Amino acid sequence: MPTAVELRERVRKLLAEHDPHRGAGPQARTDFLRARFDAGLAWVHYPAGLGGLGAPRELQSVVDAELAAAGAPDNDPRRIGIGLGMAAPTILAHGTDEQRRRFLRPLWTGEEVWCQLFSEPGAGSDLAGLGTRAVREGGSGGEGDERGGGDWIVTGQKVWTSMAHEARWAILVARTDPDLPKHQGLTYFVCDMADPGVEVRPLRQMTGEAEFNEVFLTRVRIPDALRLGGVGEGWRVAQTTLMNERVAIGGGASPRESGVIAAAAAAWREHPELRTPDAHDELMRLWIDAEAVRLTAMRLRQQLAAGAPGPEGSAAKLAYARLNQEISGFEFELRGADALRYGDWQSETWSTERPITVDFAGSTPGYRYLRAKGNSIEGGTSEILRNIIAERVLGLPREQNTDKTVAWKDLPK
Amino acid sequence: MTDLLYSDIEEQLRKSVRDLLADRAPWTEVLRRLETAQPYDPALWQALAGNIGVAGLAVAEQAGGQGASWREAAVVAEELGRAVAGTPFLGSSVLATVVASCAGASDLLAGLADGTQTAAVAVAMDTAPGDAFPSAVAASASGTLTGAVRNVVDARTADHLLVPAVGPGGPAVYRVDASAAVREDVVSFDLTRPLSDLAFEAVPAQAVAEGEDARAALEAALVTGAAILASEQLGLAQQCLDTTVDYLKTRYQFARPLGSYQALKHRVADLWAAVTQARALARYAADCAATEDPDTPVAAAMAQSHCSQTAVRAAEECVQLHGGIGFTWEHPAHLYLKRAKADAILLGTPRRHRARLATLVDLPAATV
Repeated sequence: MPTAVELRERVRKLLAEHDPHRGAGPQARTDFLRARFDAGLAWVHYPAGLGGLGAPRELQSVVDAELAAAGAPDNDPRRIGIGLGMAAPTILAHGTDEQRRRFLRPLWTGEEVWCQLFSEPGAGSDLAGLGTRAVREGGSGGEGDERGGGDWIVTGQKVWTSMAHEARWAILVARTDPDLPKHQGLTYFVCDMADPGVEVRPLRQMTGEAEFNEVFLTRVRIPDALRLGGVGEGWRVAQTTLMNERVAIGGGASPRESGVIAAAAAAWREHPELRTPDAHDELMRLWIDAEAVRLTAMRLRQQLAAGAPGPEGSAAKLAYARLNQEISGFEFELRGADALRYGDWQSETWSTERPITVDFAGSTPGYRYLRAKGNSIEGGTSEILRNIIAERVLGLPREQNTDKTVAWKDLPK
Repeated sequence: MTDLLYSDIEEQLRKSVRDLLADRAPWTEVLRRLETAQPYDPALWQALAGNIGVAGLAVAEQAGGQGASWREAAVVAEELGRAVAGTPFLGSSVLATVVASCAGASDLLAGLADGTQTAAVAVAMDTAPGDAFPSAVAASASGTLTGAVRNVVDARTADHLLVPAVGPGGPAVYRVDASAAVREDVVSFDLTRPLSDLAFEAVPAQAVAEGEDARAALEAALVTGAAILASEQLGLAQQCLDTTVDYLKTRYQFARPLGSYQALKHRVADLWAAVTQARALARYAADCAATEDPDTPVAAAMAQSHCSQTAVRAAEECVQLHGGIGFTWEHPAHLYLKRAKADAILLGTPRRHRARLATLVDLPAATV
């Protein structure tokens, strides 16, 4: 297993063989990123040949720091967060060798953007109840057979799909057998977003802009070679994606006083006229909460350094959502009437000027307050996360109901 | 980088302490002792300090200690909180030990580190980091002390008292033979860590630190004490959570386990999340104290604010979710509730720690 010293040596070799400053433009950048991937320095904890070296995950920071110091281009991780955080670990865990080789390299270099086709208008918290149908051409899709070959024809509607308008590929969960109970009749696919049956429409949200999309799937053709995991194993495969998503949402490394608390602290320092004793104690409580969430995420990353994300990621995400909402609500009231000067509802531009990431820092208190409302809904509502903690961490029994045993087609909808 | 996890050695230490406490101080024994003249079991302390060496963990080996660090001491505090066991650990092995160490009182330090002697710092239990130097006791030019201090922890079993007092030359910390002070025991809310009032009437004393050294020694003790207390609160909160979750799994009402009701699941899930955060903050504070990180005062203030509140909340939830049995004297929930509530005042309330923190991170108070 490579050490930090060996990784630094590999970085030096990469930089010697591939000058990151040679040439300009996107192609030079892509060339360098491909070379970095091939040198095993993309994600060092991935296996050799797939952008990694089988090294401990925490050594990635060594590589990143060396390359940043050398002025090397990065893969703009904010733009490809779904690919890096969700699609990649799922492909690695459940994909075939061929799928891993085909998808991981352009995913990591950013040549191919990914999106996630999970939620549906009728299946939010109850994701396993989703109704998008995938039928094996020739009509044998309902029997859950494992024979290879043949195409799947997919029809349905997905929602809350960020980056769908830029994505080359999607990870998709669809129902392949409605006669089975809901968790058993799902299968996981890679979907080609260039298929003529895929239609992407921007979905405007309460902040005025459109981060997300609705995606309409009409007889989309997916070759069986793009199935990820076995027929009927879609729920199990999706768990890998969801656990990684929650760690990604709740667990990023950040310095003290960053994120939403930065804006509240700045407002406090810049506006002495707004200060009251009550607000001061509230601010300090929130400042400590922000540190608690930050240090908890740091501790979680230290625990994860060797292993895979577990349900603990749900706690980080739960805490992050509540923190953002409380702080942004506090800051809004602290600012008083000026908080009501919203800035820009993107009345004309919402469908064309699409944000790539959520920019809490570069926006107004009103935006922060409204956008934080999504934090407890996206990626698993806070209510569902509490159920996950109660059942999977604390071992409390499920609420008694029949939805796990009845055929999906017979469930009330 | 800050290490927020537990090392294998720390886990072994935890197991030794937990096993000993399970054997010598199960909650039934803690409860039985409450209303006796000896709420602290001397044999328990002897075993903890003598056999396991908990009293001198952060004291260097050449000074008579174990040569470990405040990280290990914090693990001991967790287990003591988990068991609500009555011991002079916080008062003697943390507060007095830091004062003795800063003051260079090597003979006293050696006695505290092997646990054969204990000492208490004679300050009101709600004295917090950043407070003005206490002036309740005056020192004469000849070095005798006169004055009174109310609500002192761990003075009942102490052999020595370390008394902050103001003399002709300004602030100083004096060492006093405990038998020379007039001690009055207080009927305490938390019987597992009872309070005493101390009075000094021209008591002979020996200065161990003077001037800025005295201020620094007391402040270091309060900051370290706050950092380690956070781990006690964490252990207490974890125990309350564990007990409550176990109860929700086994208690049936309306033909279902209580733990299958979403209203109750969500409450304990939120509590679990709060305890998880308390662990990160307590570990951060312990690690800062162990490495003498300049961020220690910030870490201790944050940990105290959060862990105090989490311990109280966990104990309150433990009472409520146990229903009627949780309100009885025979169930341990009240031991935890009382300790948690007393701990929230010990070394400063959460609100005072937040006010203190504000001055450390440049978030000034309102000037009204």
